[in-house]
This record gives sequence, C-alpha cells and structure tokens, in this order.
Amino acid sequence: MGEDAVTAQAIIQSLASGLLMGLLYGLIAVGLALIFGLMDVVNFAHGEFLMIAMYATFFLFAFFAIDPLLSAPLVAAALFIFGAVVYLLIVRFAMRAKANAGMVQIFSTFGLAIVMRGLAQFFFTPDYRSIPQSWLGGKTVSVAGIFLPEPQLIGALVSIAAFAGLYFFINRTDFGRALEATREDPGAVALVGIDKNRVFALGWGLGAALVGLAGAIMAVFFYIYPDVGASFALIAYVTVALGGFGSVFGAFAGGIVVGLVEAVTALVLPPSLKSVGIYAVYLLVVFIRPRGLFGSM
Amino acid sequence: MTALLETRGVWQRFGGLVANSDVSISVGRGEIVGLIGPNGAGKSTLFNLIAGVLPPTQGSIWFDGQDVTRMRAAERCQLGVGRTFQVVKSFETMTVVDNVIVGALVRNTVMREARRKAYEVLDFTGLAARAEVLASDLVPAEKRRLEVARALATEPKLLLLDEVLTGLTPTEAQTGVALVRKVRDAGITVLMVEHVMEIVMPLVDRAIVLDLGKVLVEGKPTEVVRDPKVISAYLGDRHAVSA
Amino acid sequence: MDKNFAARRRRDLIIAAVLAVMAALAPLFVKDVYVQNILILTLMYAALSQSWNILSGYCGQISLGHALYFGIGAYTTELLFTKFGVLPWFGMISGGVIAALIAMVLGYPFFRLRGHYFVIATIVIAEIGLLLFQNWDWAGAALGITIPVRGDSWLKFQFLRSKLPYFYFALALCCLAWFVTWWLEDSKWGFWWRAVKDNPDAAESLGVVVFNSKMGAAAVSAFLVAIGGAFYAQYLAYIDPESVMGFQFSLLMALPAVLGGIGTLWGAVLGAAILIPMTELTRSYIGGSGRGVDLIVYGTLIVLISLALPQGLVSLFSRAKAKGATR
Repeated sequence: MGEDAVTAQAIIQSLASGLLMGLLYGLIAVGLALIFGLMDVVNFAHGEFLMIAMYATFFLFAFFAIDPLLSAPLVAAALFIFGAVVYLLIVRFAMRAKANAGMVQIFSTFGLAIVMRGLAQFFFTPDYRSIPQSWLGGKTVSVAGIFLPEPQLIGALVSIAAFAGLYFFINRTDFGRALEATREDPGAVALVGIDKNRVFALGWGLGAALVGLAGAIMAVFFYIYPDVGASFALIAYVTVALGGFGSVFGAFAGGIVVGLVEAVTALVLPPSLKSVGIYAVYLLVVFIRPRGLFGSM
Repeated sequence: MTALLETRGVWQRFGGLVANSDVSISVGRGEIVGLIGPNGAGKSTLFNLIAGVLPPTQGSIWFDGQDVTRMRAAERCQLGVGRTFQVVKSFETMTVVDNVIVGALVRNTVMREARRKAYEVLDFTGLAARAEVLASDLVPAEKRRLEVARALATEPKLLLLDEVLTGLTPTEAQTGVALVRKVRDAGITVLMVEHVMEIVMPLVDRAIVLDLGKVLVEGKPTEVVRDPKVISAYLGDRHAVSA
Repeated sequence: MDKNFAARRRRDLIIAAVLAVMAALAPLFVKDVYVQNILILTLMYAALSQSWNILSGYCGQISLGHALYFGIGAYTTELLFTKFGVLPWFGMISGGVIAALIAMVLGYPFFRLRGHYFVIATIVIAEIGLLLFQNWDWAGAALGITIPVRGDSWLKFQFLRSKLPYFYFALALCCLAWFVTWWLEDSKWGFWWRAVKDNPDAAESLGVVVFNSKMGAAAVSAFLVAIGGAFYAQYLAYIDPESVMGFQFSLLMALPAVLGGIGTLWGAVLGAAILIPMTELTRSYIGGSGRGVDLIVYGTLIVLISLALPQGLVSLFSRAKAKGATR
C-alpha cells in the first residue's frame, strides 16, 4: 500500500517534470517548424542556434552579471538578427539551386552547423560551463508533494506565453498575416506586392529569436558546451515531425508528447536509454502517419 | 477482335468528390483515340487510372485481355502501357539519351542493346541531335518530345499521351501531330488526352468526350464536334476554343 | 555517339588503374608512419564515401545514418573474433551481409518516407543503434572491445610492425568501391537509381520498380560500408560504440562525396583526397589550442561548395571540358 503510493508519487513526479520539459522542447522546436512551414527548408543548424543562445546567456552572466531571466529578451533579439543574417547570406542562395536542390538545402545549413560548432570550440574551448548562481537555478517549488524545479517551471510558463504571443502575432499583425499568406502561396504573395525575401528573412529572425529565448532558459540548468545543440536538435526534429512539419502549434503539442514520452521511458528503461523512447515514437509516427500526429493537410 | 484497353464501370472518388462515375470506354488496336472534355471533366483522373498511378474506387480496367485494375504503373509498363506526363517529368540531371535508356531497359537487359534502342527512338522522334545534352537544357517543346521518346523506348502497345500538344506553337504542334501519326503507323495504339478540341480533331479516329466525370458523347470527330451536348459543355467553359 | 560513350568509360577505367598503381607505389617514398596513417584514412574514407554515394548520390536517398552500418561491420567482426574465434575475414563478410540485411529490413518502412522525414529517420536509427550498443553488456557496452593482437598475421589480419598491410587493404577496398560504382553506373541498376533520384513518378511509369531499386542501392551501400567498419576495427584493434558508430562517421562518409560531387563517379575519391588530409593536418598542426579549426575549415568548405558548386568539385572538370568541346 505504502509502496504503491510511493510509486504513484514517483510517476506523477516524473510526468510533471516531463510536462515542463516538454513545454520547453516545444519552444526549442517551434522556430524550426515556423521556418519549415514558411519555406519548406529544414534548418540543420537549429541546434547550434540554441547553443550560441546558451553561450550568449552564459557570457552576459559571467561578464556583466545579468541574470538569464533579464538577458533572455536580449539574447532573443540577438538571435533574431543572427537568424535573418543567416537567411540573407546562406539560405537565400541555397533556395536558388537548380541541381541537387534537396542536397544543397541540407548541406548548406549542415555546413553552417559544423562551422558554428568549430567556432564555439575555438573561442569557448570544449569545456563544459554552467551558470552557478542565478535567481532560479537550483530552486524548486513543491506543489502537493511534487517538486518542480523553478527553471523548468518558469521555462514552461515562458513557453506558454511565447506560444500565446505567437498566436496573437500570426493572427493579428500585418507581418503575421504576410507570413501566413507566404506559407500558403508564395507566388500569389509576390503579386500582392509583398517582398518574399523580406518575409523569409523576418521568418528566420523570428524562428531564431524563439530558439534564443529557449536557449536563455536552458542555460540556467543545463551544461553549456559546443556540441550541446546536437542532442537537442534531434529532439527538435522529432518534435516538429510529431506536430506535422511546419505546423507551429503542432510543435507545441509535439513538445508535450516528447517530454512525456521521455519521462515515461526514463521510468521503464535505464536513464542512458531515455532518448530511445523519443526516437522510437518518431519512427512509429512517421511510419503510421507520415504527416505527423497533429499535422493537418 | 477484342479491344486493347477497356475500362468497365470505373468510379473514382476523392473524399466527397466524384472525379469519374461509371466510365466505360474501350480503345481498339491501332486506333488513335482522343479523350477530350472541358476543365474538370475527369480526363486526367481517368488517364491516371489507366496508367496505374492509383487504383479506381470501383470498377475494373482491362488491358490486352488481362485485368490490370490492381497492377502498379511499373507492371503495366512491362505489359505494354507507355505514358507521358502533362507536366513534363524529365530526369533532369541525365542526358537525353540516358533518359531514353531508362525506358529501353524494360525490354532490353543488355546495356548495349538498350543504348542502341534508345538512339533508334531518338532518331524516330527527331531528337538525335540532342542526345548528349542534359535534359534540363532542353526547350519545353523538346522536353515534350523526350517524354514521348522515353515512353516509346519501352516498346508499348498502347501509348497514353497527356496533353502533349497543348501549349506548343503552331509549327511545334504540326511536328507533334506528325509524330503521333508516325507512332500509329508503327503499329502503336494511341490514347491522347487534350483539352483543346481543334488540335486533336483532325488527328484522331475517334473521340470520347468526358463531362462532369461521365462519358458525354463518343464517336467520329466530325460528328462529335457537331453534337449539341458537346457544344454546350464546352460553351459552359470559358477557356475552351469553340469548335 | 555510342563510341564516345564507350571511350569515356574506358578512359575512366584507365585513369583509375593509373591512380591505383601510383597509390600502390606510394609506400616506396612515404616511410613516415604519420603520413602513412593519413593515407590509410584517406583511402578508407574514399571507399566509405564511394559506398555512401551509391545510395545517397546515385539513388538520391540521403542517409545521415550510415555510421550504423559502419559500426555493425566493426562489431560483427570483433564479436565473432573475440567471442568465437572466427577469423576477421569471415567476420568482415558476415558483417557486410548483416548490414545489407538490416539496410533492407529498415528500407521496408524507411523508403516510404520522403525528403526530410527520411533524412531524420536515418539519423534517429543510427542514434538508437549507438544507444543500444552502449547499453549492451555482452558486447562490452560503453567500454567496448579490445582486440588481442599477437604479432603479425595475415590470417588474423593484424599487424604490429608495419602499417603497410592496412594500407594495401584500404587501397583494395577503395578500388573495389570505385569499381563497383563504375560497373553499376552503366547497368540497369545505375540507370534505375538515377531515374529514381530525379523523378520517381516518371521512373515508375517507365517500368522501374522504385522500391526495389532503393532496396538494392541500400544493400550494396551498407555491405561495402560494413566492410570498411570491419577494416577500421582491425586497424584500431579497439572499438567502442562512440568510436565506430558515432554520428561523425555518418558525416565523414557524406562530406567527401558532397564536396567532390554527389552522385558522380569521381566525386567521393576527389573529396576524400582533399578533405581527409586537410582535416588531419589542421588537427595536428594547429594542435590543442586550435581545437575546432578543422571543423571551421571544412564546414566553410561545405557551405561554399554546396552554394557555389552544387554538383561538386568534379563539375569544374566537366565544365572546362564542355567549353573545350564546343569550340
């Protein structure tokens, strides 16, 4: 009886942590989904966008003692510019490829990912870093006997707020409408006089800003190192695929599923295998429903 | 003599939309048959059903005395159904002759023979001079021709042509018409889908007019163009050139 | 026209033979063990990339999970050798066959996926393989397997005193992968693959069974890559999951072909000849303080090449030739 209670408690505890992590995964992935939806391009450097956001947060903390909570908007703004520049300098040209178009798209962003990892190793060394003391770091909140780490809790709230903002943005603003219109029919948009390149650049900026926000929060409770993006990138691809590639709100739902699946896998399998559950779910979903769990169309 | 191709009570539904309803047509050996009709008449759907892109919701398709309803496109090609695509689908990174070799490999397992067959077809279709050019470098009319050449290389009994004459200049269309005649003279049956009637009518032995997914009229071209049902079907369609 | 084609094929074969002979003579002049090591790795990656190119370049199914087959080749060989005393030569072939079978079993669901879904599925499956091997105690888990080396033996394919046998094996493997590609290029399969890559619908309409062609390409590709994995394991005399199945192998198989020219006969060899020595040299000359420089250099190369020369470095040659031909 007592043992059952403990087990039930443990299950609820890990589901709750899984849910919080899942909301963060959604935030990490949504930029990828946004860009894919907009122009059918997968950013294979998405994980590295997250990585530099984490480093930016770290250095703002280390040099200027700006707490991650405060630096998050700055990091997001910096990533916005970075994303737009990446579009203008690389992706714009990759879109023009006539021969081997698929290959060019994959490897141009992939090459960027490698460069970014190399630069991080070169300038920041491969050492693991962390933010030792922040307002949220290491603190937990207890709700009905369940302990929720504050960084993840705030992260989840930020994620929900970001999705709400994104929803408002896409539905209520001119740029949001232009974004939607370009997604639906890039050709027609040109006729209406919207500059496709500008919309794409802003789309990349927005996508990068969102992953920047996620990076700032991740930096609070996760080690920061040059390859950190790689593992999260794979999770982000899975999240986006579950949500139906390109569906922004699918990414939200996909993130929650990934977080919960990871939590459940960790209960059943040894911790080192916890990602297997996520990967298995990805394979299962794309084989059964190639458009993703929540993909429309 | 049995027909080479027959569709028996073919239906195709996409969700609530009925693209073909109870279509039964037949194409005899050695004929040139035109499948025409206004936009949205279900020509392309029927064409794809015959080519084996997807199976019909209901009904059966018979080719050369065999039920091919459930056969995939590749198997139908082995049996002798060749096709072209309305939106050309060349193998862009391959040369013209290599494009045609892919088709020739259906009946020739030895490479040297497949290659010889490909050059033969290129001569036949007037593309020999462009053999070594990348398919992506062809002009649109040549790409159409390549579609035909590739399909001919599979040595089909039935050649399905999907709007190969549409969108060509009058001179190009003339050469196209001559090529189709030549194909028929080589003993190949032709079923061609065209949207614009005036191009095909002088060419075909028989015309089948589809409208709203059903067979509207079937007969000699001269009779079909005068049929009031056909005229009204086409007049209802703003894009058509009245015959 | 027909004759041009035959002449071109013969010319490729002659160039390859000349290069192979030159490579075979290289050890007469290269006595430095460090340089020999670079040559061996270059030949190995050329062979691997050439094999990767069959599925991803010719058939157009871009795999970023070929490390799985590399690792399977390595593990099959060493598990058979250390647990059952089976000679590496048999292990190598078994590894190849197992990898080919796995590629076909995976291909069954995978080849229905298109575009990015396929690419990500290949990354995911290799990652699952890595995690499973890291947790498989019988296979040494994360600690891996140390191969007992007791002196020079062709029978056991292990050598202490000299790297030359490894060099010649790598050269032979590279020649084999090249020759298989050369031979398949002018075969029904080669034509089917290129057709499938360019336009699967059109291919299907011309009698190409698209699914089977992908399966064939996957099997050949996986078989050859697994042979490479078996070789690498013997060469290192030690394996663990990360060092034979890590993502970097998937990457290092793809990059030479991408740089040199994806889906071309010479791309993989050319790419490897540039990339691998460059990587090794930057790594050792710039040394510890410059970690990451190798990544920066070849990452930049990949971005530039894929944007400016999407058909790879070999397209420079064919472009020059085309210009000469029109004059």
